[in-house]
Amino acid sequence: MDVSRRGFLKLSGATLAASGLGISLSPAKANAQALKTLYTKESLTVCPYCSVGCGIIVSVRDGKVINTEGDPDHPINQGTLCPKGGSIYQMANNKNRLDKPRYRAPYATEWKEVEWEWALEKIAHNIKKSRDASFKARNAKGELVNRTEGIASVGSAAMDNEECWLYQKLLRGLGLVYIEHQARI
Amino acid sequence: MTNHWIDIQHSDVILIMGSNPASNHPIAFKWITKAVEKGAKIVCVDPRFTQSAAKAHLYAPLRSGTDIAFLGGMIKYIFDNKLYFKEYVQYYTNASFLVNPDFRLPGDNKGVFSGLTGTKYDKATWSYQTDAAGVIKKDPSMTDPRCVFQLLKKHYSRYTMEMVNKITGTPVAKLEEVYKLYGSTGKPDKSGNELYAMGWTQHTVGVQNIRTMAIIQLLLGNMGIPGGGVAAMRGEANVQGSTDQGLLFHIWPGYIGTPRGSNPTLKSFMEARTPQTKEVKSLNWPKNTPKYIASFLRSMYGMNTTLEEAFSYLPRLDDGVDYSWLTLFDQMYKEKFTGFFAWGMNPANSGASSNKVRQAMTKLDWMVNVNLYDNETGSFWRSPGFDPTQVKTEVFMLPCASSIEKEGSISNSGRWMQWRYKAVNPVGISLPDGDIMAELYFKLKALYEKEGGPNKEAITKLSWNYGKFDSKGHYHLDVHAIAKEINGTFLADKVVENPATKEKMPFKKGQQVPSFAFLQDDGSTSSGDWVYCGSYTDAGNMSARRGKADPTGLGLFPQWAWSWPVNRRIIYNGASVHPETGKPWNPALALIKWDGTKWTGDVPDGVGDPGSGRGPFIMKPDGVASLFGPGLVDGPFPEHYEPMECPVEKNLMSPQFNNPVVKRWEKKGVGTDTDVDSIASCDPRFPFICSTYRVTEHWQTGLQTRWVPWLAEMQPGMFVEISEELAKERGFTNGELVTVKTSRGELDAVAIVTPRMKPFNIDGNTIHMVGIPWHFGWATTAARNYNANDKKPEVFTTGDAANLLTPYAGDPNTMIPESKAFMANVVKKGVK
Repeated sequence: MDVSRRGFLKLSGATLAASGLGISLSPAKANAQALKTLYTKESLTVCPYCSVGCGIIVSVRDGKVINTEGDPDHPINQGTLCPKGGSIYQMANNKNRLDKPRYRAPYATEWKEVEWEWALEKIAHNIKKSRDASFKARNAKGELVNRTEGIASVGSAAMDNEECWLYQKLLRGLGLVYIEHQARI
Repeated sequence: MTNHWIDIQHSDVILIMGSNPASNHPIAFKWITKAVEKGAKIVCVDPRFTQSAAKAHLYAPLRSGTDIAFLGGMIKYIFDNKLYFKEYVQYYTNASFLVNPDFRLPGDNKGVFSGLTGTKYDKATWSYQTDAAGVIKKDPSMTDPRCVFQLLKKHYSRYTMEMVNKITGTPVAKLEEVYKLYGSTGKPDKSGNELYAMGWTQHTVGVQNIRTMAIIQLLLGNMGIPGGGVAAMRGEANVQGSTDQGLLFHIWPGYIGTPRGSNPTLKSFMEARTPQTKEVKSLNWPKNTPKYIASFLRSMYGMNTTLEEAFSYLPRLDDGVDYSWLTLFDQMYKEKFTGFFAWGMNPANSGASSNKVRQAMTKLDWMVNVNLYDNETGSFWRSPGFDPTQVKTEVFMLPCASSIEKEGSISNSGRWMQWRYKAVNPVGISLPDGDIMAELYFKLKALYEKEGGPNKEAITKLSWNYGKFDSKGHYHLDVHAIAKEINGTFLADKVVENPATKEKMPFKKGQQVPSFAFLQDDGSTSSGDWVYCGSYTDAGNMSARRGKADPTGLGLFPQWAWSWPVNRRIIYNGASVHPETGKPWNPALALIKWDGTKWTGDVPDGVGDPGSGRGPFIMKPDGVASLFGPGLVDGPFPEHYEPMECPVEKNLMSPQFNNPVVKRWEKKGVGTDTDVDSIASCDPRFPFICSTYRVTEHWQTGLQTRWVPWLAEMQPGMFVEISEELAKERGFTNGELVTVKTSRGELDAVAIVTPRMKPFNIDGNTIHMVGIPWHFGWATTAARNYNANDKKPEVFTTGDAANLLTPYAGDPNTMIPESKAFMANVVKKGVK
């Protein structure tokens, strides 16, 4: 019988259900410890590290990632992962992830936690000040250039396509020309 | 990648050179192994005996930075032994084109091509002979001494195995073995694939390294066929996509060159970006560029402006000026910027000559750093040796969602655009990057509407219909709306002729554009990135597909996700068939074939009906692939030049030592005039070649992996690999702490004494090489100071960034830094 791994999971579930019918399955039961992914919601993702593009299944229970593993249906990795791909469980469950915006004032020696609204408002004012002060409508030759020379940006291949596209829209709308990212290095 | 990961299984010979997939793209090795199971041979050429080398049938060492010499020798071998695929070369490359009689090869011109003045080439002679109608003159027999084929042969006739051996240090017998094995793929039914990564790009001859291989692949007929190709194995999950989306100074999304000051009107810009050809049978697909430009402008400003106004709003660069990474940080050091975004990046570690980058950041008024973890960039103000109370920069560290806490697509090396779903909410109050951008945008829009400012319409008139505000005033981004915008939409009712079938097709306003063949130059369509047109159509989100059908049996999986362009899985596939008959060169691996009325198989690339004479390389104006490549700034053929820092005093190939058009940051008045820009070649203080690389367990600067306890435990810190011979000579013992130094910086590392490194015999001299990984950084070390509210790793790592050592010098075409070949010293810790 040709049973894919996912088919096998369904079959083993059926076996557990069948045990209610009075058929003795005690040896099988002894081995069939409930999978830790039982009663989880599966979500599909692609590894965030190298560019092979391996499929990963993220199992979630009560809003918490409880398991990550290679997607056996994915045609590239066929369920396998390398150590990095295998570790995204610890990306999801990591007490050292930044959880609030932080701010370091000029000459300060440490971070302080701040609210989004305060940070974004201040950043927007900073951008406007830097942009307006450095804005160049025309270059030395008198050509129209409409650019902002006082702000630069690097990033990011770590973002999704849609975010990358939106980012270039925001930056080019502001007139930035110093737009670079990982592909250059 | 011209092909894709699964396709590697079809290769007869796999050349791993300029990369180490066993360590850095581990799952790719599944498909390399599959090829080996079918009888393929692996060749690995690397300065170090890598994990990939350990799996190879044939390993050859070479001195770092001498790849062109190595491969140039292979080109000579292919010519000498007539291993090239003659029909392929005749039909599908510019081998038959006659070159300008005034063009000079380096062998006849002191090591440089004709046209060099100072550090810049005038490319006037890098051109073809044309007839009265402007059509390129050709010699189909490829015997004319001025044809590309003969010039190529002549150019590489200087690359004898003896000469190559003296430059690269590779034993002659090994050279011959590699050349013979790889040259065997020139038969019509054989294929060879080359896998490269930063091992080829991070050199001052980086682009020419890859060009040399492209020439080999064309000579052997390995482009556009199953198991063939030149595989750029990218280093990040979405660096293909982020490049496609134009996050570089020189390109808009879809590789449209950014406007310059000399493009005053939209019309002049479109003309400047649209190549012309007199070759009557060439399709010259880039002739459609005006449609892509107009559609991009619509995606930026919608119907809020005219196309001309939209064009005038967007920034233009000065002609001839570079705005790339190295220039950017040099300008930052010189206090040209007040503000800076390091968005999903860690340049304090990833930038070449990191001491320069870290110092440059102190000149900023403000910085925004968006990331998952604290890192060396956001916290640059407390870098080792810095006094925070002296650093003026205001820093905002914004926490973003990880890849499983939001949805959206990424594009892998094989150009597969794959959708990712949100599994859980972001940590704490962190937000997806896109949400942060949207919040910022609306704040800026309000500010400019209220207070005004220069060119304010460029901001206030941007179209931004990608979500909605909630009752609390927060903007919720709808990623699908952006994905649809990238694809493109009809903005008016329009009847369009299908270019393939000539059928008139009516479209309604609001419909998604089915493919870029339907985009318009009159403003009636939008498309954020024409290359992705077809990815999100009225049929839905193509990148989320999970169909496993494989009609060709070649593992193309055309219904799994979506591949740009137009879901084509192997680009240039028109070159996989005979031009007259449409029959596959290798019938056993039929990628496309002509069934009498139409092509079947992969989405055909560029081919007309069999016998039409249309060249399959439709993105080239003349329809054929370029053996002679006049588009680059440093020569139409690759020529060996030494790295900026190297252990030899002269270039044995010619009197020209380095690539003549490299920007010299170390020259007085160019860079900072300090050590961070210095170059120390053949300097007795720095006697060893040093190269940088990666390990499986960490990723990039390690920003995301050093904070992961499992990974930090497996690879806990900076090391330097040293040969047994060098260890004996200098008295290093395995496991002791040493200091690695260059003229730009130094760092501590644990010595690993290993037979993986071997000294080279370079023209009779023993040359040692050492190697370091680049993932480490001070922010996750135990030794640093942690404030009460600082995040503190569960597992500490040791050491700082390898880039503290690397030179501030880059390839003249791409400006990618030369991080793979530079000169260093290693001393015991504490020894001056």
